[in-house]
Amino acid sequence: MKIYLKILSFLTPVIALAISFGLTTFILIIIDRDPVETFTLMFDYGTTGKSIVSILNRSIPLYISAVAVAVGFKMGMFNIGVEGQYILGALIAAQVGAVLILPRPLHVFTIFIVAAIVSGIWAGISGYLKVKKGVHEVISTIMLNYIGAGIVAYLLANVFFEKDENNSLKVPQTNYLSESGQLPPLNNILGIEDLPNLNSFIVGAVFVGIFYYWLVWKTSLGFDLRATGLNPVAAKFSGADPNKLIVLAMLISGGIAGLVGMSNLVGYFHRYTIDFPTGLGFAGITVALLGRNHPIGMALGAILISFLERSSQILDLNDIPKEIERIMQGIVILVVVVSYEVVRRYILTQEVKLASRIVDKNE
Amino acid sequence: MAPKFLNMNTAIEIKNISKSFPGVLANDDVSFDIISGTIHAIVGENGAGKSTLMKILYGMQKPDNGSLKINGLDSKFQSPKDAISAGIGMVHQHFMLADNLTVWENIVLGIDNSNLSKIKKSKYIPDITDLSKKYSLPIDVNLTIDDLGVGEKQRVEILKVLYRGANILILDEPTAVLVPQEVEELFENLKNLVTQGVTILFISHKLDEVMEIADRISVMRGGKHIGTINKEQASKKILAEMMIGKDLPTPPTRESVISSENCLLLENFSGVSNLGKKPFEDINLEIKKGEICGIAGVEGNGQRELSEAILGLYPIESGNIYLEDIEVTKLSTRERRLTGISFIPEDRQSQGLVVESNLIENIILGKQNSTVYSSKFKNVLFKNASKNSKDVVDNYDVKTPSVQTLALALSGGNQQKFVVGREIDGKPRFLLASQPTRGVDIGAQALIWDKLKEARDMGLGVLLISADLDELLGLSDKLYVIYEGKLVKQLEPKEATPEQLGSYMTGLGI
Repeated sequence: MKIYLKILSFLTPVIALAISFGLTTFILIIIDRDPVETFTLMFDYGTTGKSIVSILNRSIPLYISAVAVAVGFKMGMFNIGVEGQYILGALIAAQVGAVLILPRPLHVFTIFIVAAIVSGIWAGISGYLKVKKGVHEVISTIMLNYIGAGIVAYLLANVFFEKDENNSLKVPQTNYLSESGQLPPLNNILGIEDLPNLNSFIVGAVFVGIFYYWLVWKTSLGFDLRATGLNPVAAKFSGADPNKLIVLAMLISGGIAGLVGMSNLVGYFHRYTIDFPTGLGFAGITVALLGRNHPIGMALGAILISFLERSSQILDLNDIPKEIERIMQGIVILVVVVSYEVVRRYILTQEVKLASRIVDKNE
Repeated sequence: MAPKFLNMNTAIEIKNISKSFPGVLANDDVSFDIISGTIHAIVGENGAGKSTLMKILYGMQKPDNGSLKINGLDSKFQSPKDAISAGIGMVHQHFMLADNLTVWENIVLGIDNSNLSKIKKSKYIPDITDLSKKYSLPIDVNLTIDDLGVGEKQRVEILKVLYRGANILILDEPTAVLVPQEVEELFENLKNLVTQGVTILFISHKLDEVMEIADRISVMRGGKHIGTINKEQASKKILAEMMIGKDLPTPPTRESVISSENCLLLENFSGVSNLGKKPFEDINLEIKKGEICGIAGVEGNGQRELSEAILGLYPIESGNIYLEDIEVTKLSTRERRLTGISFIPEDRQSQGLVVESNLIENIILGKQNSTVYSSKFKNVLFKNASKNSKDVVDNYDVKTPSVQTLALALSGGNQQKFVVGREIDGKPRFLLASQPTRGVDIGAQALIWDKLKEARDMGLGVLLISADLDELLGLSDKLYVIYEGKLVKQLEPKEATPEQLGSYMTGLGI
């Protein structure tokens, strides 16, 4: 690829963000608010130490959720079921973790593995249904979201409930993890004491990103996944077994989805409660789109979304409707997706031109 | 032009039509006339340019050059809408019907844009019933499409087009989906339509049918219009020769390098029935190392299924397959690939390449699990891929800026040279080559032929499935003809004539 094309593709997100800013400015002017003031407020508030920690903490589950979705995308499948997969995985892992008593690292890892297995199996059902019964994964994962939510509600209310001292009142939440099952925040290690807790599962998110990159771009299995995603027929002729890959991709995607809830479980709530954050599975789809399924792109996407969500909280106090943030999110996603596609097509036509010029020269 | 058409008008005048796509000249200066009130067949192999020409006639594509006259008027179609208003109707091979609506609703659909529940049944049903009577296309207009047979659905398609006022009908391979009885019915209907003044363009590659139904026949080959003749002057043999071409190069003399060692053995190989018919049946083949075994045949006679079955992608009903005395009948496609089966697919873009990936990634395709490209820990060895892709680019004269270029940026001929290089390199045990030079330019074709010969001389066994007689006669050490899924004849490539081949390929020589 020519250097100017590389620079162009590198600059695409920057250009897209600039356009988004422009459009948001336009909207702010329409609703009669000062755009400069709005952006300054958001930037100042969003870059305080407190906010940065909060943004990073929000980004962890968002990023992992995006990676889970991206594994499916790379194979040409749409796993919309990360939502159901991670809440079910988190609940079962919370219960198992609360019951078990193990030494610290083992205890925590057991919780992760239980979550990954439960979520993986939940996603695997969709893979199995697609292979055996031809059910499209979009349909089955959506259905399994509802079923998963139903199971979680049932288990919380009837099986895993916390007992009151007098054994009379049922509280719909699991018992606390013992200390060996909890991850302390990173603050002590990093020596930042005057700030809120930084969730140490951020290290887990980094590992998930590395694992995803290695699996998809560096392994033979990843090669099969990508080939199937881009051209299923050629992949089949090359010896890739589509059925096996569908089930595998769903298992892996679900397994990663299982880790979405872990930062909140072992690093914050230490139990599954009705307050446990939901919606992260759907937000992950957005982030995967924003980051074009790229391990670093998705990390930036997760941070950007978290930044918008956090920094917009200041707006209400200044009589600017906070909902402007929702609009900004929508604009950013649309503009980024469209610009990437435009640039991708431009680069393709340039490559074709370049290749045909070589042929002309030779002949 | 035969006297019997002299006083008739020209329905369509095609003049110097050319159309090219990246890497392919689909229509090359095509000119001929279609006379009103006749059935005009257009025959040619797949890829001969028939479909492109029809798409131009129907306004789906614009020609690069040339002009069209419809019923004497100059016509420049921007879209099928224009073609329809000029009186042209297209009956697609795959029906465009809403299955859960009734016959009359389907016919009205798109004409009356009011809400379906508000459309007045009484307004349309008498008209449609009259139309079906007028053209002798009997159908119960109140039936749901779901309840109709294939032949009846086709009738609905024809009625739909007539109802829109078409007097020129284009039928794209209309018999491909029909059983023999339905074909007869369709032909009756078509003959009837012609007596009512409708002009019919009938696209086919089945010569029997063409001889039965057409008044005039145009033959296309390699994007060119080879000729148009009246039925009286035509025979299947003449048409076959026109379709395949008769000028043949003298096969180069050479010493035989055929060894006594087995390369590939097929025993009583039969495919699982599809639509009540085995796509190929009782195939017995023995290919030695250093031998090219050619299979000639008009497309659609089981070649595709046979090659997929050799790769393990089409289920077989019976038979065994051995690769150098190793039985691979039960192995998966991946295992067969690893055992040493190489494959040049007939359609490189959909079956042989991931066009949105670069050449380094594409060199891995098909060998992603071999030790060349996969480490002990199942990591992809991109270093080897990069080196080998450069080698293939150099040795097979693939014109590309670099191996990092996406496959889709290459011209068709260069893509194919790359695929051929990939499949021959790395010492496969057996090569299955399906139409290895279809749609490529002459330069690429010559190179691919040379490379296939070279590989054969080095001891590779090759099964060459092709419809290109030059290729078959020039390369094969032995030659079979496949017709309706059976190997009907073995010929000696040095003595075979194109007439002979043509007649066996069209089922005449049996």
